[in-house]
Amino acid sequence: MAQYKLVKFTLNGKKVEQMVDVRASLTDMLRNDYRMTSVKKGCEVGECGACNVLINGECFNSCIYLAVWADGKEVRTLEGLLGENGELSDIQQAFIDEAAVQCGFCTPGVIMSAVEILESGRDYTDDELRKLLSGHLCRCTGYENILRAVRKTLDKRLGK
Amino acid sequence: MYDIKALYEAHSVDEAIKLRLEHPDAQILAGGSDVLVQIREGKRAGKELISIYMIDDMRGVTLCDNGDIRIGSLTSFSHITKNEIIQKYINVLGEAVDMVGSPQIRNIGTIGGNTCNGVTSADSASTLFALDALVELTGENGKRVVPIADFYIKAGVVDIKPDEIQTAIIIPKEKYTDYYGHYIKYAMRNALDITTTGCSVNVKLSEDKKTFLDVRIAYGVAGPVPMRAKSAETYIKGKSVSEENIKEFSNAVLEDVNPRDSWRASKALRQHLCVELAYRAIKECVSLAGGEL
Repeated sequence: MAQYKLVKFTLNGKKVEQMVDVRASLTDMLRNDYRMTSVKKGCEVGECGACNVLINGECFNSCIYLAVWADGKEVRTLEGLLGENGELSDIQQAFIDEAAVQCGFCTPGVIMSAVEILESGRDYTDDELRKLLSGHLCRCTGYENILRAVRKTLDKRLGK
Repeated sequence: MYDIKALYEAHSVDEAIKLRLEHPDAQILAGGSDVLVQIREGKRAGKELISIYMIDDMRGVTLCDNGDIRIGSLTSFSHITKNEIIQKYINVLGEAVDMVGSPQIRNIGTIGGNTCNGVTSADSASTLFALDALVELTGENGKRVVPIADFYIKAGVVDIKPDEIQTAIIIPKEKYTDYYGHYIKYAMRNALDITTTGCSVNVKLSEDKKTFLDVRIAYGVAGPVPMRAKSAETYIKGKSVSEENIKEFSNAVLEDVNPRDSWRASKALRQHLCVELAYRAIKECVSLAGGEL
């Protein structure tokens, strides 16, 4: 017998509520109920990072996070980075400028990790950045351009 | 969608105990980075789950009045690493759990889940063995505390009674005061990998830094559950801090460890790692303690 629960949370700054099947992952809810299709279904076992979202400011793989756990929390996806008229944020633009995108499947997840890094307001060495970005698998190109895009945005935000 | 028969959510420890008694076949779910993945793989599919993840009272690190450090079982790995009490008194634990999985996994994974799984490769476990940690369990009739070495019964099985949940990990004051620890994880890649073999060492030197007053060494994946290497510990206690003695100490671990061949690595490689990691870890501890080799 299907079991449902009302989940109230904040999605990209907006208060929302949804009756959700308790068996749903947060990825399921974000994609199916809210059309947040930046949240990709990759490995679905918490390894590839394609479904990565910010919950209360920290990165989580939404594929191994129950939708019901979002109750009372603040969830952010890539869609929340866009400006009022669909303008790209600095980190998204940097990914384009540095050619850090090829097929694009891993990109939203990586960018959300980058957002957590950028919003911490502190500087990191390249080695630290590599470690902080290590929860993502890109099977197209590799990671150098991604690292460069994050580095440049970080430097810019820190006024370096 | 997960293949879950039913989900029961606890928002307090009391609720969790009640749910445990009402649903004896249900699996406890903390952060879910193992349980939910196993459901996906079909291993634990179709089961009832008791989610304890929303019990916020079980999060956080506190320095108790008696000096013991209490870590709520649902504290995430990343919160342990960032915690000031951990950094000041038992930095080795913060470093060890910073090697689990990836940043996202360290945000969801909990120290309670890591230990309750009962697996030998848990990155927190060997360090908790080396710290002689205590495990706090809460049930119908209140709390009980067991040494971590007794908590592990066999691979995948830990000492949790049908009415209990694990509520905290406690590091007694006398077990960390004046000890310096170091953990080494050996794995095939730096992120998102399971430990091939891991080694955690704690060292207490004499005031002049010339003698080993006490050494505790523990392993992950050197046997079916995390374990201490007691023969090596006995050998080094009271010995002088010298290259020769730490070499002997490292070789002595072979009397204790019992690794096996698996698809991850051979027994021979693991035995080699046990010796080499012991040597490197104790060397680092001596250096952290201010000793010289």
